[in-house]
Amino acid sequence: MTIIFKEETFHDDFTFRNSPEAVKRFPFPFPEDSYMYSVNLEPHKSYRPGSVYERTFDVDEHYVSEMRDRARVLAEDPLRCQSLPHMTLAGWDLLELIMTSKAQEYPELFELHRDGAKWHWINRPLGIEQKFTFLDETTLPYGPMEYITRQTQGDFALLDQRDDNLWMDAGMVTTQADWSLDFDIGMNFFEWHAPVPKAHEMGIFQRALKFLLNVQQGSPARRLNWTMTVNPLLDTSPENYHKWGVMKRDLTLENMGQMMHLRVELQTFFRLPRSNALVFPIRCYLIKLDELVTVPKWARRFHRVIRDLPTELATYKGFITNRPKIVEWLSRYDDGAPTPPGIWPD
Amino acid sequence: MLEGSIPSRPVYGVLEMRPGRLHLVVADAEGAEAILELAASAPPDFLAAAHIVYIPKRTGDKFVARLEQLAPAQLYVGASYEAALPRLRRILAGAHMGLQVYLAGTEGLMGQAMLEATQAGIPHSAIQTEHRGSTARRVQCVHCKGVTEDVTHDPFQCAHCGLHLFVRDHYSRRIAAFQGVRIDAEDPGNIPESVERFR
Repeated sequence: MTIIFKEETFHDDFTFRNSPEAVKRFPFPFPEDSYMYSVNLEPHKSYRPGSVYERTFDVDEHYVSEMRDRARVLAEDPLRCQSLPHMTLAGWDLLELIMTSKAQEYPELFELHRDGAKWHWINRPLGIEQKFTFLDETTLPYGPMEYITRQTQGDFALLDQRDDNLWMDAGMVTTQADWSLDFDIGMNFFEWHAPVPKAHEMGIFQRALKFLLNVQQGSPARRLNWTMTVNPLLDTSPENYHKWGVMKRDLTLENMGQMMHLRVELQTFFRLPRSNALVFPIRCYLIKLDELVTVPKWARRFHRVIRDLPTELATYKGFITNRPKIVEWLSRYDDGAPTPPGIWPD
Repeated sequence: MLEGSIPSRPVYGVLEMRPGRLHLVVADAEGAEAILELAASAPPDFLAAAHIVYIPKRTGDKFVARLEQLAPAQLYVGASYEAALPRLRRILAGAHMGLQVYLAGTEGLMGQAMLEATQAGIPHSAIQTEHRGSTARRVQCVHCKGVTEDVTHDPFQCAHCGLHLFVRDHYSRRIAAFQGVRIDAEDPGNIPESVERFR
């Protein structure tokens, strides 16, 4: 398997594109023609070779450019990466999980050589070679969580488990769907989800928390979540909302296919061995509507989902104003034919 | 009264005396009424071991004489929360087992003092709160990170960066503030009329 890493941007000139191969493996999140919240958790097991579910931490053609975008965002705002003092051990756990997984699953891209606590890490796509001592912070250029998540696609929340709750006590968050790590750090599971409409009343968070508290080492879990983003912005943070919010005004029927993106989060959950913390990677995948409608099943289904989504959810997800336009555009690709169940292209 | 809200927001109770070696009472404005009621219902040894830190704010002298009449072991009347902070930190730094903390008044005062107390290692279980008086909010601008005190209107203008912000119910205990987000982000210049939401 060879990945050709693309040179592209997620800001200013927005040159991000998916190759036809990347479109085929896109994690389309709708198994049926309508959507409502659910605790859609399943084991994070290797599944469907070539899909985003095949490997523990998916690496794709956007890897190098996404890491460059992360470095850019962090340079502008260092508060996107924070770790409360008691979370350093969990950071080492995460570093170990990522390095061992990537070295094993992508041997031509990553290598890890271990001699006791003396570790030697090689990241070929980013041109990084690092010798360090495991559990010794002074031997790395950043803290362990920051070091490894500057080299791994997706946001990361490190959750401490105590008092029968999960506490967001550390994180690397530069590709988020409009939430602030700086504001939410230190909150428990119910507190950081407080702004989400409806789901509390539906008991979604109580059930999800119960499940997550019981995630065992070696048995990770996953789910998909989604929203919509105008322009391929990885960084749709509240901090920068006053810069990207205005872009929603520019959407027209003519530029819809290139400008509007379905944004899907592959969320996974791993128990960490030393700290007993839970790591919650939130990997963002973007697809232009022009790219999405190359799969007829997805085009039909996405039209129906967006058209029928409850107003409250369309508001929360931030596209209520543009919904009529989006539905009109998508309707051209929906002939009313039935769609087979499941998320895969056909 | 505080309106019903979302799960990130603290829930406040009613102060009651609990056995302790030192009773630290921190209050602002109408929070003085909660102290007076607490003192009236507590056994006499409560005041003998009480250190009251009080910031009158807009109530001026209204409650000061009555607090003095309580004759607690120590009474401090501060010009502002910031002015009282070095003293509060000194008290907390010298705290031993058996300290009880009582917070009363505005959410901004209680939130900030709660933060100081927990950072000093005081367990949550030894801290009580009672909301009194103004529902004005302490709000952090999510864009520039500056905190604006005593926000009564929504939307309001950030005291630091000047953006017009709407006030969310989302609350951070670590910052002791609600979140403010630019209201005209998607349509610059379209700022609805500001209304008094918090008195």
